[in-house]
Amino acid sequence: MPETTPSAGAPAEHPLVRIYRTAALIHRVDERMRGMLTSGELAAAYYSPRGQEVLAATLAHSGVTSDDYLVTTYRGIHDQIAKGMPLDELIAEIFGKATGSCKGKGGPMHVTHPDSGVMVTTGIVGSGMPIAVGLATSSSIRKDGRVTVVCFGDGASNIGAFHESLNLASLWKLPVIFVCQNNLYAESTAYANGTTAEHIADRAAGYGMPGVTVNGNDPEAALDAFTEALDRARAGEGPTLVEAVTYRFMGHYFGDPGTYMDRAQYEAALAADPVPALRALLRERGLADEEQLSAMEQEIAGQVEHAIAFASDSPYPGADELRLDIYREQVPA
Amino acid sequence: MTDRTVRKERARKITFQQACTIALDEAMAADDTVFLLGEDVADREGGGTFKVTSGLSTKYGTDRVRSTPISEQAIVGTAVGAAVAGMRPVAEIMLMNFITLGLDQLVNHAAKLRFMSGGRTGVPLTVRTATGAGGGTGGQHSDMLEAWLAHVPGLKVVVPSSPAEAKGLLLSSVLDDDPCVVVEHTQLYWTKGEAPEPGLRIPLGKANIARQGSDVSVITYGRPVGQVLELAEKLAGEGIDVEVVDLRTISPLDERTVLESVAKTRRAVIVHEAVGQFGVGAEVSARISEELHGQLAAPVVRVTSANAPVPFSKPLEDKYLYQISDVESAIRKSMA
Ligand SMILES: Cc1ncc(C[n+]2csc(CCOP(=O)(O)OP(=O)(O)O)c2C)c(N)n1
Ligand SMILES: [Mg+2]
Repeated sequence: MPETTPSAGAPAEHPLVRIYRTAALIHRVDERMRGMLTSGELAAAYYSPRGQEVLAATLAHSGVTSDDYLVTTYRGIHDQIAKGMPLDELIAEIFGKATGSCKGKGGPMHVTHPDSGVMVTTGIVGSGMPIAVGLATSSSIRKDGRVTVVCFGDGASNIGAFHESLNLASLWKLPVIFVCQNNLYAESTAYANGTTAEHIADRAAGYGMPGVTVNGNDPEAALDAFTEALDRARAGEGPTLVEAVTYRFMGHYFGDPGTYMDRAQYEAALAADPVPALRALLRERGLADEEQLSAMEQEIAGQVEHAIAFASDSPYPGADELRLDIYREQVPA
Repeated sequence: MTDRTVRKERARKITFQQACTIALDEAMAADDTVFLLGEDVADREGGGTFKVTSGLSTKYGTDRVRSTPISEQAIVGTAVGAAVAGMRPVAEIMLMNFITLGLDQLVNHAAKLRFMSGGRTGVPLTVRTATGAGGGTGGQHSDMLEAWLAHVPGLKVVVPSSPAEAKGLLLSSVLDDDPCVVVEHTQLYWTKGEAPEPGLRIPLGKANIARQGSDVSVITYGRPVGQVLELAEKLAGEGIDVEVVDLRTISPLDERTVLESVAKTRRAVIVHEAVGQFGVGAEVSARISEELHGQLAAPVVRVTSANAPVPFSKPLEDKYLYQISDVESAIRKSMA
C-alpha cells in the first residue's frame, strides 16, 4: 500500500517502523469496526484480529510483493490491510456497499482484491490451503516467480484439507508458505483440547517440509522466519510451514464473552500486547520518537475516517446484481 | 464405395472414451493454460483409470498432465486456485461418488468465487468424472449425482450422450470461463459413434433436438438419449412421432428449447438415469407446468431409476435402472 512503501528517493524507513505503521493501521481499523458494531452503525459478521496485527504486518513486510498471492480467512482483515488493499474498498465491502471490492456481494468473510494479491478469502475453515496449492501450481507451471501465502488458524490444522495440501505442495515443491496464525483457540476449543501435536509446525515433518514455530508477536523473530520461507519458495525449494504463535484478545466472534478462556493466560497475553510493545520498542531503540509516532497515528486515524465516510456514503448494490457474476455471461431475467 | 472410402468411413468412428481424449488433446494444443490433474492421469500411472488421458503426458509433459495423490479436496481445490490465477485446469475425479470429498471446493468456492468477488475473479476449471449403473459397481461407484451440482448456481453441469457430443461438449467446457462438471458415463466409454470435425465445439447451455417429432417430447440426457432415439424409430413405424430433446447441459438449463418443444407436442416424458426424487426431472416438470399448464394434453411423466441405492446383484441392478419399456408405456399413455 502506498503509505507503507517508501517512495523512490525518500529515505527507506526501518523495517520495524514500517511494520508498526501497518500494525497501527490494522489496530485503528479494528477499533473503529468494533466501535461501529457496538453503536449499531455497522452490522456484519466480524472476527476481530485484535492481537494479531503485528504478525500480519511483519508477514507483509518480509518481502511479499503485491504480485504475490494471499489466501486468508474470515479472520482476515489484518492480512488484507497488510497486503495493501485500498481501505476504501475494503471497508465499503464490509459495509455491503456497491463500492466495495466485491460490490458488497462477498462481505467480510469473502474479500477479494486481485490487484493487491488478495485472491481468496474463505469462511470455510481450512479450505484456503488447497486453493493456495492451486495458485502456486499456476506459478510453478508459468514460472512467474510469484509466491503464495496462505493464512489459517490453529484449528484449521486439524482438517483434512491441511494435510492433503501440505502433502501435495511438498510433492510438487510449490512456491507456497503455509502461515498458521496459532492464536491458541479454535472458536471455544483451547489448543490442547483439539490438537494432538505439541506444535503445529511439527506436522510439517510428516510432509517432508520445514516447519518452524515462532513468536508471531515478536516482529524480529517472525520476520526472519517469514523471510527464510519466502527465500526458499522463490528459490524453487518448495513450501514451508510457519507456525506464528499469537493470541486473540476479542474472542472468536464480536461479542464473544470468552468465558472459556484461561484468565491468567489472557492477562499475560494482554500484558505483552504486541501493538503497544512494538511502539515502545521503536522509542526505546530511537527509531521513532513520541512526536513522530503520534503524527503517524493521527495520519492513520484520518485515513481510516476517510474510508469509513466513503463506505457509509456509498449506495447498496441494486437487485440486478443478483443476475450478475453468477456466470461470466449474464443470466437472463 | 471404394475400399478407400470404406476405410475412411470406418476411421471416422470413435469411441466415447477416445472422443474425450481428443477433446483434451485439442484443448491442450489450442491453449497452453490448459493442464490436467487427477489420480493416475499421467502415462507413468497408466493414463487414467479409464485411459482418457492416455498419451497426453507423453505429448505435453508432466508439468501439464499431473498425477496426484488420492486427495480429492486438494485436487479440486488446486483446480480452483489455478483457475483463479487464470489457468484452465481440468481435474479428473475418477468416479462421481468421490466428488463428494471435493464438494466443499466445488460448492463453496468454484461455484461462488465469481459472484462473491463481484466479478473480480473467475474459476474456469473443468471437473471430469465418470459414473453410471450397469457395470455391477454397486452403491458407491455408480451414482448419477448431477442434480446435486445443478442445484448450485454458478456451476455448469454437462452430461454428454454420444462420442461426438462428448467431444464437442468437453472441449467447450475446458475453454469455458466458468466452472464445469462433465459427467462421462462408464457404460458409454466403449460405445462408438461418428467422429466430429476437429475443433468442433458444442455450445454449453443449449439443448439439442436430437430427433424432430410432433406428437410427444421426450426430454432426456446422457445414456438414455441413444436408447430413446431407437425407441422413437420403432414408434414412428406405428405413426407415433416422437421429438427427442437432449438437454446436453443440465445447468444452466435450456428452458426455452424444452418449452418450445412441449408447446408444440403438448406432451412431455422426462427420462434420466439418476433417481427420480428431487431430481432433474422434477425441475424440468415444474418448469413445464408453470409455463404450459393449460396447454398440456396429458400430465408430464417421469421415467427414472428407482429411489434406491444402486444395488450390486445384476438382476436387481437391471430392475433398478430406468426401463426403456417404461418410456414406451409412458409415451403410449400420454398419447392415449
Ligand atoms: C469447515 C468448517 N467447520 C466449522 C466452521 C465454524 N468455525 C468457524 S471459525 C472456527 C474456528 C477456527 O479456528 P482457527 O482455525 O483456530 O481460526 P481462528 O478463528 O482462531 O482464527 C470454526 C469451527 C467453519 N467455518 N468451517
Ligand atoms: Mg485459532
